[in-house]
Amino acid sequence: MSEHLIRLTAAQLGERLASGDVSSVEATRAHLDRIAAVDGAVHAFLHVDGERALDTAADIDRRRAAGEELGPLAGVPIAIKDVLVTEGMPSTAGSRILEGWVPPYDATPVRRVREAGMVVLGKTNMDEFAMGSSTEHSAYGPTYNPWDLERIPGGSGGGSAASVAAFEAPVALGSDTGGSIRQPAHVTGTVGVKPTYGAVSRYGSIALASSLDQVGPVTRTVLDAALLQDVIAGHDPRDSTSIPEAWPSMADAVRRADVAGLRIGVVKELDSDGFQSGVRSRFHEALELLERGGAEIVEVSAPHFEYSIAAYYLILPAEASSNLAKFDSVRFGLRVTPEGGGTVEQVMGATREAGFGPEVKRRIILGTYALSAGYYDAYYGSAQKVRTLVQRDFDAAFAKVDVLATPTAPTTAFKLGEKLDDPLAMYLNDIATIPANLAGVPGISVPAGLAPEDGLPVGIQFLAPAREDARLYNVGGALERLLVEQWGGPLLDRAPDLSSHEMAAAEEGVV
Amino acid sequence: MARAELMDFDEALELFEPVIGLEVHVELNTRTKMFSPAPNPANSEFHGAEPNTLVAPVDLGLPGSLPVVNGEAVRNSISLGLALGCSIAESCRFARKNYFYPDLAKNYQISQYDEPIAFEGSVEVELENGRVFQVPIERAHMEEDAGKLTHVGGSTGRIHGAEYSLVDYNRAGVPLVEIVTKPIFGGEADAPALARAYVSTIRDIVISLGISEARMERGNLRCDANVSLRRRAAAGEPAEPLGTRTETKNVNSFRSIERAVRHEIQRQAAILAKGGTITQETRHWHEDTGTTSPGRPKSDADDYRYFPEPDLLPVVPSRELVEELRAALPEPPAARRRRLKAEWGFTDLEFQGVVNGGLLVEVAETVAAGATPAAARKWWTGELSRLANARETDAASLVTPADVAELAALVEAGTLTDRLARQVLEGVADGEGSPQQVVDARGLAVVSDDGALVAAIDEALASQPDVLAKIRDGKVQAAGAVIGAVMKAMQGKADAARVRELVLERAASTGADA
Repeated sequence: MSEHLIRLTAAQLGERLASGDVSSVEATRAHLDRIAAVDGAVHAFLHVDGERALDTAADIDRRRAAGEELGPLAGVPIAIKDVLVTEGMPSTAGSRILEGWVPPYDATPVRRVREAGMVVLGKTNMDEFAMGSSTEHSAYGPTYNPWDLERIPGGSGGGSAASVAAFEAPVALGSDTGGSIRQPAHVTGTVGVKPTYGAVSRYGSIALASSLDQVGPVTRTVLDAALLQDVIAGHDPRDSTSIPEAWPSMADAVRRADVAGLRIGVVKELDSDGFQSGVRSRFHEALELLERGGAEIVEVSAPHFEYSIAAYYLILPAEASSNLAKFDSVRFGLRVTPEGGGTVEQVMGATREAGFGPEVKRRIILGTYALSAGYYDAYYGSAQKVRTLVQRDFDAAFAKVDVLATPTAPTTAFKLGEKLDDPLAMYLNDIATIPANLAGVPGISVPAGLAPEDGLPVGIQFLAPAREDARLYNVGGALERLLVEQWGGPLLDRAPDLSSHEMAAAEEGVV
Repeated sequence: MARAELMDFDEALELFEPVIGLEVHVELNTRTKMFSPAPNPANSEFHGAEPNTLVAPVDLGLPGSLPVVNGEAVRNSISLGLALGCSIAESCRFARKNYFYPDLAKNYQISQYDEPIAFEGSVEVELENGRVFQVPIERAHMEEDAGKLTHVGGSTGRIHGAEYSLVDYNRAGVPLVEIVTKPIFGGEADAPALARAYVSTIRDIVISLGISEARMERGNLRCDANVSLRRRAAAGEPAEPLGTRTETKNVNSFRSIERAVRHEIQRQAAILAKGGTITQETRHWHEDTGTTSPGRPKSDADDYRYFPEPDLLPVVPSRELVEELRAALPEPPAARRRRLKAEWGFTDLEFQGVVNGGLLVEVAETVAAGATPAAARKWWTGELSRLANARETDAASLVTPADVAELAALVEAGTLTDRLARQVLEGVADGEGSPQQVVDARGLAVVSDDGALVAAIDEALASQPDVLAKIRDGKVQAAGAVIGAVMKAMQGKADAARVRELVLERAASTGADA
């Protein structure tokens, strides 16, 4: 029973809950059991609050029994990336400096999932302050890829992606600053969406780079992502950068998915030898499938994409260096007092020294330098110009095609530790995902199959013009249907059985 | 701290030309803060709140919180910019000014850097001696206030030497408009008075706009005074370069502004005359000693790593809004002064006394509260100015216009004599309550009971039979001695004119009885 419940999609579970043949308490307990069984091996979660989850589930069951009209995801469990603040539940953003801090308020996307009746299971692991592509930069230890526990689950949202891939949660929330939702989806065989900048409120999302951050869905199917985006998107007066206009239903776009006549542009600069062969072959097979489905495949050029990483690694650290200044021990979080006491300046220094990890310090230093008087124009100023050029590349491309397609990331999941000492190699993971953040356009990563050479998942990314998120759900939904038909079932059915770890975990008494 | 050497002011002026620049911070009195929905302590409704009770996540810099611009504060800033004769930006951005300080919750201040909401204006300022200056305005920009630190332990009340510090974030996020002048040349010996008159004019403007409570003693209006000296060029020689400036902070009364500028001129002149150099720095003003002391060294290389605030959209005031606000502007202070002078029927000298005392707003508000212009002028420029001088503060910080109007009404009604009224004012200034409350509490009302007066008069006449005889002989001026005795007996709480009437009456009737 419980094994069956955890393998349902959120949409299916929502229907079963609505029909009354399953209760939210049962569904929630099934996922909590799964977490207890496998999370010792996967380490997707930093914090699980089973008691509160079961209370919420019981409340939803009561409301349903009382005949209340509930949304399609009411009673469905969800995992929340630890970058989003949760009232009464620790929120660390993967950093030691926030250890023990319990926020007094909910982030807007969290408030919205609660209002939709969803059951918050807990908080998922991430690279510290979302800085990384492997979740190895978490202060609380890495998360392991359910496809191969020796490999990384992507990052920064490796915890959310792994929780969904390991059937610990049907859906999760992530945040994407340069690929932190889409790249983990690519390496874990799941679906990840970065909505249009401003579609989902950033209120309560612990800021990495304010002009790039966007909260979005992490799921196993395109429909689930659409249902979740319908819940979390929409104007929030508490975020000035959130878009005031109303959104069409993304779930409708999936249900009506049809690529006949759709023009898909292949960005030639992101279809190169720099990508692993299995990543490229699955990418092209997916395009052929779409072409057979009636889409038109066109090659387009985005000549400035190659400068994206350079611009990104100036803008991001610059904004981050300022955003992270508030972590000073004065009002919340860790406080380290030097031996024998010290001035407020010395306490701030000692706290930041102890509380921030090396990658965070690296980026704070980079950003502080990039904003310094005399360097601003050369670094931050130039990066903003590149950003404008990337936006123009998108404008030119979208004048010709409806959506763009690229491989989501250059390689399949790499081994833990493999790139830890080579920050530049780590940064290159985001080459295909960063342009969307710079331009504020939406992107989705959908499973495209397994790379023949290593048997690991590969994703395909689609990009659409700003505010045209529905196009992503259309093409993603259509491709998913074609591929699942071809595979004879979801890709995740081929993921290794974690039950051996379940045994090991149980023996070790991990809960 | 060694007392700085000062050069005689006139001598300093002979050798150097003073150049001043003024930065005035105005706290807006909007209901909520600049970027958060928390109540604004600079609005009278929220005065005196307990520390850290007027705060939202944004004001505490809590992770995940985001600022949202207060539209009312933007409208007020535009109005102020227009009143300063400024152009209003078609689009302007907020910027982050990054520096670490415990009163700054986010460790950056949201301010405006290269895109202020208002720029390039001019304000007409009239000095005590009648000189009129056009003070050039460089910009007026929006920003948020910081929290308030209280340093505990140590002797100076400063962070250095303190044992620990307390932070109150109520003030964090209070909307501020910072008005920056261009360098002001030509003030010469009037430079200190010009500085004072300028700030007084700014205060008049924000009060007439109704956008700030503008109480300097509460920090609603704060002035930083930049002063530099330029050596006078010999005849026929090109002008000397501008001197190094100091910025004197914490100058929070009109009186202090004038004194601080004068002090800096004298101090810098003494240093320069000896061949020394001025250090570019901020200096602290000490109200008690009338001196400044060095603060933090400051240089143009101070690096705040400004960059556009990514959490906020540009502010794009529509031209319709700007014109709407322009049409709603109150009368400019200079025009208003001309009108009020005529309405009140004051002589040049009388009106100048009001303006020079920085009391125009007070007098106008007192008249609006029901007092006659003459009474309003009399109390503000007379007793209240004397009291303010004695207490080394501004008259406006002692009592409110409503208090003065109430007092004038009590005098008018005969409840108080002028002498009693002065005592009542002291009571009000000491915080004993409204004039009527002070009258009641101190029992200061005029004795209007003729019976009590007659008894006192009869007693005085009986004890001075020679005076009685003189009055009866028609030497009415002799009554003065009796009146004095009666007033003394009544402890001043009698109307002298009424006492005089009664004395003459009783003298006549006593005579008849004899």
